[in-house]
Amino acid sequence: MNWIYDPWPWYVAGPLIALTMFLLLIVGKKFGMSSPLRTTCSAFGAGKAAGFFKFDWKAERWNLIVVLGAIIGGFIASNFMSDNTVKIHPDVAQKLADEYQITSAGEAYLPNEIFSIDSLRNPSSIAILVIGGFLVGFGARYAGGCTSGHAISGLSNLQLPSLIAVIGFFIGGLVMVHFLFPLIF
Amino acid sequence: MRYIIYLLIGIFFGIVMFKSEAASWFRIYEMFEFGSFHMYGIIGSALILGVLGIQIVKIKNIKTIDNNNMQLQPKERGITRYLAGGIIFGLGWALSGACPGPMYALVGAGFPTILLVLLGALVGTFVYGLLKNKLPH
Repeated sequence: MNWIYDPWPWYVAGPLIALTMFLLLIVGKKFGMSSPLRTTCSAFGAGKAAGFFKFDWKAERWNLIVVLGAIIGGFIASNFMSDNTVKIHPDVAQKLADEYQITSAGEAYLPNEIFSIDSLRNPSSIAILVIGGFLVGFGARYAGGCTSGHAISGLSNLQLPSLIAVIGFFIGGLVMVHFLFPLIF
Repeated sequence: MRYIIYLLIGIFFGIVMFKSEAASWFRIYEMFEFGSFHMYGIIGSALILGVLGIQIVKIKNIKTIDNNNMQLQPKERGITRYLAGGIIFGLGWALSGACPGPMYALVGAGFPTILLVLLGALVGTFVYGLLKNKLPH
């Protein structure tokens, strides 16, 4: 068993995510990965269009540095620590292949059918990526946080609003996978 | 110096996101199909340790390295924005298979198409800012 190269099991990954949150709290910051999107909008001058982006974004530069780190971390992990394949439950992989013709489970990290450069020839792939991102960005700001801000930070602090948001995350995700995927793919 | 610490925390987080496979579309799909305990285990174990740790911080009144209070402000009360925003987020999470943290890790992992997701997320954030005062909260 090669602990660096193999996928990290949940009981390693979960505690390390909690550690990330505590490290940020100890240095006086907080764990939330969608705030940098807002900071980025402000840095690009969105404050001219909406008051929501009028704040001292330079005081929030730290979260852009965390993002830069996460990009570097992804580079290190994929290039030096992984064979870049993800094995999911065989029944789920079978369902993807049978119902949606997504056959790259077990062979790739992301489905080639959606994320490969070739798939961009298909306009619906572009729409899936952009609309998916849009919903994440819009929803995270509307809900005041994403999986890190609500599902980890907020729930760890026993915040009822975060519980409501996380219930929302799962309602949205289940509706997408069970009702909308058959229409989309 | 401070920025080096933020950078190192980010690198650590990016590695964890990628190596845990939480950054994989397949794992997010599998989670919403209830196909494996993996993602529930990640979120659940982070949460149990998070709740315990924050209780300890509060009981022992643990401070930041600058001897300030930790940023543990209560969230604003409300239901509409959390439920509506949460559902919209969840639709996007399942469709793109990525929440914001993993998106950054995937950029570094060399998936150029994730930039379209990131672009969508920035536009979504911007549009929320434009519409904020017209939306129920």
